[in-house]
Amino acid sequence: MSEKSWKEISIGAVCWKPSTALLTGDWRTYTPVRDPAKCTRCLLCAIYCPDGAIHWKPERNDIEFDYNYCKGCGICANECPTKAIEMKLL
Amino acid sequence: MQSEWKFTSKDIAEKPDLFMSGHRACAGCGATTVLRLLMKATRGPTIVTTATGCMQIVSSMYPYTSWAVPWVHTAFENVAANAAGIEAAIKIMKKKGRVKHSHVDVIAIAGDGGTYDIGLQALSGAMERGHDFLFVLYDNEAYMNTGIQRSGGTPLGAATTTSPAGTVVPGKLETKKPITEIMAAHEIPYVATASPYYWRDLIIKTRRGLEVEGPAFLHVFAPCPRGWRTDTAKSMELAKLAVETCVFPLWECINGEYQLSAPSKAIALSPEKKKPVREYLQLQGRFRHLFTPKFEKLIDEIQKITDQRWQRLLKKCGVSASKT
Amino acid sequence: MKNVIKQKVVALNGNEAVAYAVKQSDVDVVAAYPITPQTIIVERFSEYVANGEVETAFVCTESEHSAMTACLTAALTGARTFTATASAGLALMHEMLFVTAGCRAPVVMAVANRALSAPLNIHGDQSDAMAQRDSGWIQLYVENAQEVYDTVIQAFKIAENPNVLLPAMVCFDGFIVSHSLENVNVLPDDAVKAFLGMRQFPTVLTHDGVKAPFRLDPEHPMTLGPAAFPNYYFEIKRQQVEALKNALSVIRQVHDEYAELSGRSYGNGLIEAYRLEDAEVATVCLGSTAGTTKIVVDELREEGVKAGLLRIRTFRPLPVDDIRRALQDVKAVAVLDKCISFGGFGGPVFHEVRHVLYDLDKRPVLVNYIYGLGGRDVPPWQIRQVYEDLKGILKEEKVKEPVNYLGLRE
Repeated sequence: MSEKSWKEISIGAVCWKPSTALLTGDWRTYTPVRDPAKCTRCLLCAIYCPDGAIHWKPERNDIEFDYNYCKGCGICANECPTKAIEMKLL
Repeated sequence: MQSEWKFTSKDIAEKPDLFMSGHRACAGCGATTVLRLLMKATRGPTIVTTATGCMQIVSSMYPYTSWAVPWVHTAFENVAANAAGIEAAIKIMKKKGRVKHSHVDVIAIAGDGGTYDIGLQALSGAMERGHDFLFVLYDNEAYMNTGIQRSGGTPLGAATTTSPAGTVVPGKLETKKPITEIMAAHEIPYVATASPYYWRDLIIKTRRGLEVEGPAFLHVFAPCPRGWRTDTAKSMELAKLAVETCVFPLWECINGEYQLSAPSKAIALSPEKKKPVREYLQLQGRFRHLFTPKFEKLIDEIQKITDQRWQRLLKKCGVSASKT
Repeated sequence: MKNVIKQKVVALNGNEAVAYAVKQSDVDVVAAYPITPQTIIVERFSEYVANGEVETAFVCTESEHSAMTACLTAALTGARTFTATASAGLALMHEMLFVTAGCRAPVVMAVANRALSAPLNIHGDQSDAMAQRDSGWIQLYVENAQEVYDTVIQAFKIAENPNVLLPAMVCFDGFIVSHSLENVNVLPDDAVKAFLGMRQFPTVLTHDGVKAPFRLDPEHPMTLGPAAFPNYYFEIKRQQVEALKNALSVIRQVHDEYAELSGRSYGNGLIEAYRLEDAEVATVCLGSTAGTTKIVVDELREEGVKAGLLRIRTFRPLPVDDIRRALQDVKAVAVLDKCISFGGFGGPVFHEVRHVLYDLDKRPVLVNYIYGLGGRDVPPWQIRQVYEDLKGILKEEKVKEPVNYLGLRE
């Protein structure tokens, strides 16, 4: 068992791992796929994403889907003003 | 009110998430979008406390945490008292030179159960005592964490597991408690409603709530696909429709002065923009039974109550009712 | 005792003694809600605040539930915190008592023991605190206003010890102690301050992978009060067991250190054995009843009866070895309970003492007396009757009734 004993953990039930270690992307059924040609980089998808799974990369002036966390809810596709995102069963 | 904070969507997207990815919320959870945006609006050292509920459980499954800021949960009914204790401690320890930050913001977060119902006493007490903190209600209109039971925030006609739509009872028989008006009646300096669809408005209001000295109350609409029986992709659309139908108007009450926020003001000025509640209800499984001959009349009732509440709000905001 | 610090004598009742001790303990946050017979504590403390005699954030909450909550989160933010309650107030705190202990928040609370409703009763018995004995708190039961004063100060040092880091309640009988005026020796302010020092914080591992002082501090973000499911809940509870175990030695150590400073001691801090060395018959009790019983024991000793008394000062953690050692050679023991455990076999103190003695090869005969409920007075002659009963048991070598009611009209 990988879990620690009571002597090995800090007192007070202080959390000792960030949830970013939990890859919730494996919950996903449909996957958002973007058409970069239609995308205006308005960032609405990144703002609305409940999972913080769409990152803005200023150095590339572009967004990036983080499929480690994307649960496939489809909010990004629903809200995209140019309909640049499609939910696909991959 | 302090100087308005100017920001672009890039500023918001670039700001690191203080409510981190990997949380265990359902896909399409409106409340998590609310929390992400809320945390993007923070202005410096911040301590967050959350009542028992969806947002607590999905973000703090030991040994994991989704909180990049100091965060504490203690129980369900007392998050305002959590905030009161933290605020009092920070204030006195700062005076004694044991807190080096010039200011630490305190945010209390609760769902509708922890606000409208079991949490109301602690909330009212903390507001009356004038503690300097922001209370954020993410309202998904039922006890979602325990499996969709009715709350004081559940709207009329909604089916929940304790107000099911049966053959004779059409879901919840009572209307949604006007919690924000109740908080405004506490005469605290800042009270507002917000919807995550209008994300800029939500961020501005969060910042105002933090900047104001004394208690602030922010009521945020939080669609819940699981509990509302809605498409996970539609959470933001519903957050928009609730405002467009005036089911959930956006307004502020600053030092006792009511004012409509831009999206609702636009409807007040052009009443033809106001959409019928039917458009909002029909997207949701929790209202499905209303679209049957037996319970159809309740839709008219919901429309009537929505209109009455909207008219009352317009009056409070000094907008002539005749215009609408 | 040598090197005892010069002290002043002040006339204080038990409640005022609490308020005075809290005033001297440089408490950061007091959050409380008034309830009889504790109200004087918050009233006196409010006066200290109003007169600028303390640097304390005083939060007059809307309920005891919020009072305990605010103390809990203030303590987790790094503050020294205090509250006081009784009876229904303690019952309302019930949920938060477990959370406070589970969160390892060293809150100190004074409990002016009072009966629980129904019927409503404002007078003293220990039903309120006994109902909370499994909440994970340290429970100290004291005898008089002087001990109240001394123990409140000690409680901060015990609770805040990094090897303990648990909340502590100081229990004293409502009205009998809370409202009786006594001459109380008080230490100089700076002596109390020096005795307590600043709060210490153990180091914990955070989600950032750093070790940081255990408190809510924007400098080192950490998550407290999470949900822990079957994979970790048990381990976290086991840590609390260890902390209470550690508290046994810390309570003694703090008691001894304080005794050196003040010249006052209460047994070894855990138990007080009164004329027990060669005792054949003895009673066991908590709180102010010990004062009455000591007089009776002295009288019986004058009469040649080998009588003794064991006062349990620390009830949680239970000083098992100390109780065993104190009672192992006594022939017959009567345990006095100012509380009923409905449907159980006797009162809670009886349960514990009888249980602890079970493993002895040769153990005393034990009987239980429920007494003083709802503030019913227990005069010395009734205590004397208990000793007479014990003598009868020894003579007849038989216990007629193991659980008895003292001072009840049959």
